[in-house]
Amino acid sequence: MSNDAEEPIIEVTDLVRDFHGRKVLNGVSFRVMRGDTMIIMGGSGCGKSTLLRHIIGSMKPTSGSIKLFGEEITTMHPSDLARIQRRFGVLFQSGALMQSMTVGENVALPILEHSKLAPDIVDLMVKMKLEMVGLTGFEHLKPAEISGGMKKRVGLARALALDPQLLFSDEPTAGLDPIMTSVVDILTQEMTRKLGVTAVVVTHDMVSAFRIGSRMIMLGTGPNQGKIIATGTPEEIRSHANLEVQQFIKGEPDGPVPLKLKKADYVERLLGQPRPSSKALS
Amino acid sequence: MKEYFTLLGRIFFWTFLAPVRGQPFKVSEVFHQMVLIGVRALPMAALTSFSIGLTLAMQSANELKKMGATSFVPDLISVSLLRELGPLLIGVIVIGRSGSAVTAELGTMKVSEEIEALQVMAINPIRFLIVPRVLAMMVMLPALTVVGNCIGMVGGWVICKYALHFDTSNFIYHCMHAAQPWDLYSGMIKSVIFAFLIITIACHMGLQVEGGAEGVGQATTGSVVWSLLIMLIANAMLTGIFFFAA
Repeated sequence: MSNDAEEPIIEVTDLVRDFHGRKVLNGVSFRVMRGDTMIIMGGSGCGKSTLLRHIIGSMKPTSGSIKLFGEEITTMHPSDLARIQRRFGVLFQSGALMQSMTVGENVALPILEHSKLAPDIVDLMVKMKLEMVGLTGFEHLKPAEISGGMKKRVGLARALALDPQLLFSDEPTAGLDPIMTSVVDILTQEMTRKLGVTAVVVTHDMVSAFRIGSRMIMLGTGPNQGKIIATGTPEEIRSHANLEVQQFIKGEPDGPVPLKLKKADYVERLLGQPRPSSKALS
Repeated sequence: MKEYFTLLGRIFFWTFLAPVRGQPFKVSEVFHQMVLIGVRALPMAALTSFSIGLTLAMQSANELKKMGATSFVPDLISVSLLRELGPLLIGVIVIGRSGSAVTAELGTMKVSEEIEALQVMAINPIRFLIVPRVLAMMVMLPALTVVGNCIGMVGGWVICKYALHFDTSNFIYHCMHAAQPWDLYSGMIKSVIFAFLIITIACHMGLQVEGGAEGVGQATTGSVVWSLLIMLIANAMLTGIFFFAA
């Protein structure tokens, strides 16, 4: 009998997503083990958020397999998918709070929908979750009345409302001040280390990524669009030989992902044709 | 078109079948939507009905006076309001006031990832968002039509009383005498069908929004235009059915 701790919680195999002939994801394969904090990183437009949307069941891939808790979700009936979705929490990039509800109602929403707890217990749970993200006393405000960073923290509290086994976060620290970034990072670490929660975090924030990540994958851009160009532990990624990985983690403006184009390439891009020779111009 | 009929199937499932299987919609949300869709449209509906009642009385009095038949003004007002103008006018008001608001709200929720968030929280958006709005509209449009009919008749009474010097009891007698129960029923049938068309088109357009604020604006305009068009066609068809069946 296999050890439960060694079974992957997430198993993605040869995932391909084609948008009108452009492969945003191109043969992505990786596994996330129980208790891991998997960091998905990569440049803007590399397909990180698209990958996350496929794993949470919001999008269907062109081909490939995604298994959550050992069950294939790409071909799953919506009611079965809903059963799986109850076991995980998702923090969206924008927070995705219900604008017509208060902060407290937003956090209470999954609890009220998926449990039959008494209202006073739900209130208590909402206060506990908001306390975890440093937002005690904000229950009665509407999302429009709080800042972008606060919205994100409410989104995190909502994602944690049902004590999920798996947490997905899309840019959890973007827009947060350094102190709140640490709070969110520590919260994620505590959940994975103390409660055995598995986390998948899409981020650009390298400090945060190396602080909380136990495994990392990086998606490529340009010719490597939609492919995993590096995978490993934070130490392995830090010393990875791929120059694009090094450019990304060090935040260098120029490298394999170019900032400045050669003159000929610039003219070619601008005019859509090779640069005319000086002879032809004369 | 395919998406619209898929939505209708899903609305049917989550309204009638899912509650039996232990997945009910929230009744409190239906009442909340009744306030937003119906009660808040009441002042506009009342004002429109009143002015139409006034206009109808003045125009008909003008023509009927030539034939010495001004005593038939109340008859004309009551029958035309109950059968035709009441359901149609209130339908137009509700399309402009509530149908567009539903499309804009759902469209904004779509582009701001709120609907996606509901889905990944395993909360079905049809059960949570659409069914309460559909039921609220199905109750409130006929209710608003009844209120609109009454207020329209008050508008007609104002002209009959102060311009044509009708006795109030005489006005009421004429209205009651001219209108048959079927006039009210046919208007109510129209109203229920209009409500269904308006809200399903509004929800469909809202859920189909793509591309940010511009998409929301286009969907809202589309919702109003299509609802008006389909409602007017349905009205002509229903009037034809009632006319030839009678």
